[in-house]
Amino acid sequence: MMASVLPDPTLLAHLRVAATPASLRMIRRVVREAALLAGAPEPWADDLMLAVDEACQNVVRHAYAGQPGDLCITLSRTPDGDGVAVEILDFAPTVDPSQVRGRDLDDVRPGGLGVHLIEALCEEAGFAAAPEGAGNLFRMVKRFANAAPQR
Amino acid sequence: MTVDISTRGNAAVAHLSGEVDLERSPGVRRALLDALGRRMPLVVDLSQVSYIDSSGIASLVEAYQTARKQSTPFILCAVSAAALRVMQLARLDKVFDIRPTLDDALAAV
Repeated sequence: MMASVLPDPTLLAHLRVAATPASLRMIRRVVREAALLAGAPEPWADDLMLAVDEACQNVVRHAYAGQPGDLCITLSRTPDGDGVAVEILDFAPTVDPSQVRGRDLDDVRPGGLGVHLIEALCEEAGFAAAPEGAGNLFRMVKRFANAAPQR
Repeated sequence: MTVDISTRGNAAVAHLSGEVDLERSPGVRRALLDALGRRMPLVVDLSQVSYIDSSGIASLVEAYQTARKQSTPFILCAVSAAALRVMQLARLDKVFDIRPTLDDALAAV
Protein backbone atom coordinates (compact mmCIF):
# COMPACT_ATOMS: atom_id res chain seq x y z
CA MET A 1 0.00 0.00 0.00
CA MET A 2 2.53 2.59 1.11
CA ALA A 3 5.30 3.64 -1.21
CA SER A 4 8.51 1.73 -0.65
CA VAL A 5 11.95 1.76 -2.20
CA LEU A 6 11.92 -2.05 -2.41
CA PRO A 7 10.44 -3.52 -5.58
CA ASP A 8 7.09 -5.26 -5.08
CA PRO A 9 7.01 -8.32 -7.35
CA THR A 10 3.21 -8.53 -7.10
CA LEU A 11 2.61 -4.93 -8.22
CA LEU A 12 0.78 -4.52 -11.52
CA ALA A 13 -0.05 -0.81 -11.41
CA HIS A 14 -0.43 2.10 -9.05
CA LEU A 15 -2.43 5.11 -10.07
CA ARG A 16 -3.34 8.37 -8.34
CA VAL A 17 -5.99 10.52 -10.00
CA ALA A 18 -8.52 13.21 -9.19
CA ALA A 19 -11.73 11.63 -7.90
CA THR A 20 -13.93 12.91 -10.74
CA PRO A 21 -16.24 11.23 -13.28
CA ALA A 22 -13.78 12.22 -16.01
CA SER A 23 -11.03 10.08 -14.41
CA LEU A 24 -13.04 6.87 -14.59
CA ARG A 25 -12.29 6.23 -18.26
CA MET A 26 -8.55 6.32 -17.59
CA ILE A 27 -8.98 4.12 -14.51
CA ARG A 28 -10.86 1.55 -16.60
CA ARG A 29 -8.09 1.49 -19.21
CA VAL A 30 -5.41 0.89 -16.58
CA VAL A 31 -7.41 -1.78 -14.72
CA ARG A 32 -8.15 -3.69 -17.90
CA GLU A 33 -4.53 -3.60 -19.06
CA ALA A 34 -3.28 -4.62 -15.60
CA ALA A 35 -5.63 -7.62 -15.57
CA LEU A 36 -4.43 -8.69 -19.01
CA LEU A 37 -0.83 -8.26 -17.86
CA ALA A 38 -1.62 -10.60 -14.96
CA GLY A 39 -2.74 -13.20 -17.50
CA ALA A 40 -6.50 -12.73 -17.29
CA PRO A 41 -8.77 -13.62 -20.22
CA GLU A 42 -10.49 -10.58 -21.78
CA PRO A 43 -14.01 -11.17 -20.33
CA TRP A 44 -12.43 -11.51 -16.88
CA ALA A 45 -10.53 -8.26 -17.41
CA ASP A 46 -13.77 -6.57 -18.51
CA ASP A 47 -15.52 -7.77 -15.35
CA LEU A 48 -12.72 -6.52 -13.08
CA MET A 49 -12.79 -3.19 -14.93
CA LEU A 50 -16.53 -2.84 -14.23
CA ALA A 51 -16.14 -3.78 -10.56
CA VAL A 52 -13.32 -1.27 -10.00
CA ASP A 53 -15.21 1.44 -11.89
CA GLU A 54 -18.21 0.89 -9.62
CA ALA A 55 -16.06 1.06 -6.47
CA CYS A 56 -14.35 4.25 -7.69
CA GLN A 57 -17.74 5.77 -8.52
CA ASN A 58 -18.79 5.19 -4.93
CA VAL A 59 -15.77 7.20 -3.81
CA VAL A 60 -16.55 10.02 -6.27
CA ARG A 61 -20.29 10.14 -5.54
CA HIS A 62 -20.56 9.23 -1.88
CA ALA A 63 -17.22 9.53 -0.06
CA TYR A 64 -16.19 12.87 -1.61
CA ALA A 65 -19.80 13.79 -2.51
CA GLY A 66 -18.71 16.40 -5.04
CA GLN A 67 -15.78 17.74 -3.01
CA PRO A 68 -12.37 17.67 -4.70
CA GLY A 69 -9.96 14.94 -3.67
CA ASP A 70 -7.67 12.21 -4.90
CA LEU A 71 -8.14 8.53 -5.44
CA CYS A 72 -5.31 5.97 -5.30
CA ILE A 73 -5.69 2.61 -6.96
CA THR A 74 -3.20 -0.21 -6.49
CA LEU A 75 -3.52 -3.36 -8.57
CA SER A 76 -1.47 -6.41 -7.57
CA ARG A 77 -1.29 -10.08 -8.26
CA THR A 78 -2.62 -12.03 -5.28
CA PRO A 79 0.21 -13.69 -3.28
CA ASP A 80 -0.85 -17.11 -4.65
CA GLY A 81 -0.96 -15.72 -8.19
CA ASP A 82 -4.57 -16.86 -8.51
CA GLY A 83 -6.11 -13.47 -9.14
CA VAL A 84 -5.86 -9.72 -8.86
CA ALA A 85 -6.20 -7.65 -5.70
CA VAL A 86 -7.31 -4.03 -5.92
CA GLU A 87 -6.99 -1.40 -3.22
CA ILE A 88 -8.85 1.88 -3.59
CA LEU A 89 -7.76 4.54 -1.13
CA ASP A 90 -9.34 7.95 -0.68
CA PHE A 91 -8.80 10.89 1.63
CA ALA A 92 -12.47 11.67 2.16
CA PRO A 93 -14.38 11.62 5.45
CA THR A 94 -14.83 8.08 6.77
CA VAL A 95 -17.77 6.22 5.24
CA ASP A 96 -20.02 4.07 7.45
CA PRO A 97 -19.74 0.63 5.77
CA SER A 98 -23.29 -0.26 6.89
CA GLN A 99 -24.55 2.55 4.62
CA VAL A 100 -22.89 0.96 1.60
CA ARG A 101 -25.02 -1.94 0.48
CA GLY A 102 -26.77 -3.12 -2.63
CA ARG A 103 -30.49 -2.99 -3.08
CA ASP A 104 -32.86 -5.92 -3.44
CA LEU A 105 -32.80 -6.66 -7.16
CA ASP A 106 -36.53 -7.38 -7.15
CA ASP A 107 -37.07 -3.75 -6.19
CA VAL A 108 -36.58 -2.22 -9.65
CA ARG A 109 -35.38 1.35 -9.25
CA PRO A 110 -32.56 3.41 -10.72
CA GLY A 111 -29.99 3.36 -7.88
CA GLY A 112 -28.16 0.89 -5.69
CA LEU A 113 -26.78 -1.40 -8.38
CA GLY A 114 -23.09 -0.61 -8.00
CA VAL A 115 -22.50 -2.54 -4.78
CA HIS A 116 -24.44 -5.49 -6.15
CA LEU A 117 -22.23 -5.55 -9.26
CA ILE A 118 -19.04 -5.41 -7.17
CA GLU A 119 -20.20 -8.33 -5.03
CA ALA A 120 -21.30 -10.33 -8.05
CA LEU A 121 -17.98 -9.80 -9.84
CA CYS A 122 -15.44 -10.21 -7.01
CA GLU A 123 -14.83 -13.02 -4.55
CA GLU A 124 -13.86 -10.53 -1.85
CA ALA A 125 -14.90 -6.90 -1.43
CA GLY A 126 -15.06 -4.70 1.62
CA PHE A 127 -13.58 -1.91 3.65
CA ALA A 128 -10.24 -2.41 5.41
CA ALA A 129 -8.44 -0.22 7.92
CA ALA A 130 -7.11 2.84 6.11
CA PRO A 131 -3.58 4.10 6.83
CA GLU A 132 -3.36 7.05 9.18
CA GLY A 133 -4.13 10.31 7.42
CA ALA A 134 -6.18 8.62 4.70
CA GLY A 135 -9.97 8.33 4.50
CA ASN A 136 -11.27 4.97 3.36
CA LEU A 137 -9.62 1.85 2.02
CA PHE A 138 -11.78 -0.46 -0.08
CA ARG A 139 -10.23 -3.80 -0.99
CA MET A 140 -11.36 -6.21 -3.68
CA VAL A 141 -10.02 -9.58 -4.84
CA LYS A 142 -11.07 -11.30 -8.03
CA ARG A 143 -9.78 -14.80 -8.63
CA PHE A 144 -9.08 -16.53 -11.93
CA ALA A 145 -10.75 -19.75 -10.75
CA ASN A 146 -14.08 -18.19 -11.57
CA ALA A 147 -12.98 -16.86 -14.94
CA ALA A 148 -15.91 -16.75 -17.32
CA PRO A 149 -15.48 -18.65 -20.58
CA GLN A 150 -14.35 -16.56 -23.53
CA ARG A 151 -17.27 -14.82 -25.20
CA MET B 1 -22.13 12.24 -28.97
CA THR B 2 -23.52 9.62 -26.61
CA VAL B 3 -27.14 9.76 -27.75
CA ASP B 4 -28.51 10.40 -31.21
CA ILE B 5 -32.32 10.57 -31.37
CA SER B 6 -34.23 10.14 -34.61
CA THR B 7 -37.84 9.43 -35.56
CA ARG B 8 -38.92 6.24 -37.31
CA GLY B 9 -42.64 6.16 -38.11
CA ASN B 10 -44.52 6.80 -34.87
CA ALA B 11 -41.54 5.97 -32.66
CA ALA B 12 -38.49 7.84 -31.42
CA VAL B 13 -35.25 5.89 -31.69
CA ALA B 14 -32.34 6.67 -29.37
CA HIS B 15 -28.98 5.34 -30.54
CA LEU B 16 -26.57 5.06 -27.63
CA SER B 17 -22.89 4.63 -28.40
CA GLY B 18 -19.50 4.27 -26.83
CA GLU B 19 -18.93 4.20 -23.09
CA VAL B 20 -22.01 5.07 -21.04
CA ASP B 21 -20.36 5.80 -17.71
CA LEU B 22 -20.75 8.19 -14.78
CA GLU B 23 -19.45 11.06 -16.89
CA ARG B 24 -21.85 10.49 -19.78
CA SER B 25 -24.94 8.92 -18.22
CA PRO B 26 -26.45 12.25 -17.05
CA GLY B 27 -26.64 13.27 -20.73
CA VAL B 28 -28.18 9.92 -21.65
CA ARG B 29 -30.73 10.26 -18.84
CA ARG B 30 -31.76 13.75 -20.00
CA ALA B 31 -32.00 12.70 -23.65
CA LEU B 32 -34.17 9.66 -22.87
CA LEU B 33 -36.49 11.59 -20.54
CA ASP B 34 -36.77 14.43 -23.08
CA ALA B 35 -37.67 11.92 -25.78
CA LEU B 36 -40.32 10.37 -23.54
CA GLY B 37 -41.70 13.87 -22.97
CA ARG B 38 -42.88 13.75 -26.59
CA ARG B 39 -45.16 10.84 -25.58
CA MET B 40 -44.01 8.75 -28.54
CA PRO B 41 -42.95 5.11 -28.19
CA LEU B 42 -39.20 5.04 -27.48
CA VAL B 43 -36.81 2.44 -28.84
CA VAL B 44 -33.26 2.46 -27.47
CA ASP B 45 -30.64 0.92 -29.76
CA LEU B 46 -27.74 -0.39 -27.66
CA SER B 47 -25.79 -2.05 -30.47
CA GLN B 48 -22.93 0.48 -30.34
CA VAL B 49 -22.54 0.54 -26.56
CA SER B 50 -19.03 -0.70 -25.78
CA TYR B 51 -19.38 -0.22 -22.02
CA ILE B 52 -22.13 0.61 -19.57
CA ASP B 53 -21.95 0.92 -15.78
CA SER B 54 -24.58 1.09 -13.05
CA SER B 55 -25.18 4.80 -13.68
CA GLY B 56 -25.95 4.10 -17.33
CA ILE B 57 -28.22 1.22 -16.36
CA ALA B 58 -29.91 3.54 -13.84
CA SER B 59 -30.69 5.97 -16.68
CA LEU B 60 -32.39 3.16 -18.58
CA VAL B 61 -34.33 2.08 -15.48
CA GLU B 62 -35.52 5.63 -14.87
CA ALA B 63 -36.65 5.94 -18.50
CA TYR B 64 -38.37 2.55 -18.26
CA GLN B 65 -40.28 3.65 -15.16
CA THR B 66 -41.22 7.02 -16.66
CA ALA B 67 -42.49 5.27 -19.79
CA ARG B 68 -44.57 2.88 -17.71
CA LYS B 69 -46.12 5.71 -15.70
CA GLN B 70 -47.27 7.43 -18.89
CA SER B 71 -48.10 4.16 -20.70
CA THR B 72 -45.57 4.81 -23.48
CA PRO B 73 -43.90 1.75 -25.04
CA PHE B 74 -40.19 1.56 -24.12
CA ILE B 75 -38.14 -1.08 -25.89
CA LEU B 76 -34.41 -1.87 -25.90
CA CYS B 77 -32.94 -3.48 -28.99
CA ALA B 78 -29.75 -4.95 -30.41
CA VAL B 79 -28.18 -4.97 -26.94
CA SER B 80 -24.40 -5.30 -27.24
CA ALA B 81 -22.66 -8.14 -25.38
CA ALA B 82 -21.10 -5.64 -22.96
CA ALA B 83 -24.46 -4.08 -22.09
CA LEU B 84 -26.24 -7.43 -21.86
CA ARG B 85 -23.62 -8.68 -19.40
CA VAL B 86 -24.38 -5.83 -16.98
CA MET B 87 -28.15 -6.20 -17.41
CA GLN B 88 -27.89 -9.90 -16.62
CA LEU B 89 -25.80 -9.21 -13.50
CA ALA B 90 -28.44 -6.69 -12.40
CA ARG B 91 -31.19 -9.15 -13.38
CA LEU B 92 -32.77 -6.47 -15.53
CA ASP B 93 -32.66 -8.55 -18.72
CA LYS B 94 -36.02 -9.99 -17.60
CA VAL B 95 -37.45 -6.59 -16.66
CA PHE B 96 -36.81 -4.62 -19.84
CA ASP B 97 -38.59 -5.39 -23.10
CA ILE B 98 -35.55 -6.40 -25.21
CA ARG B 99 -35.77 -7.18 -28.95
CA PRO B 100 -32.98 -8.63 -31.09
CA THR B 101 -32.99 -5.95 -33.81
CA LEU B 102 -34.17 -2.38 -34.39
CA ASP B 103 -36.71 -3.65 -36.95
CA ASP B 104 -38.10 -6.12 -34.41
CA ALA B 105 -38.44 -3.29 -31.89
CA LEU B 106 -40.13 -0.96 -34.38
CA ALA B 107 -42.56 -3.73 -35.35
CA ALA B 108 -43.46 -4.12 -31.67
CA VAL B 109 -44.34 -0.49 -30.87
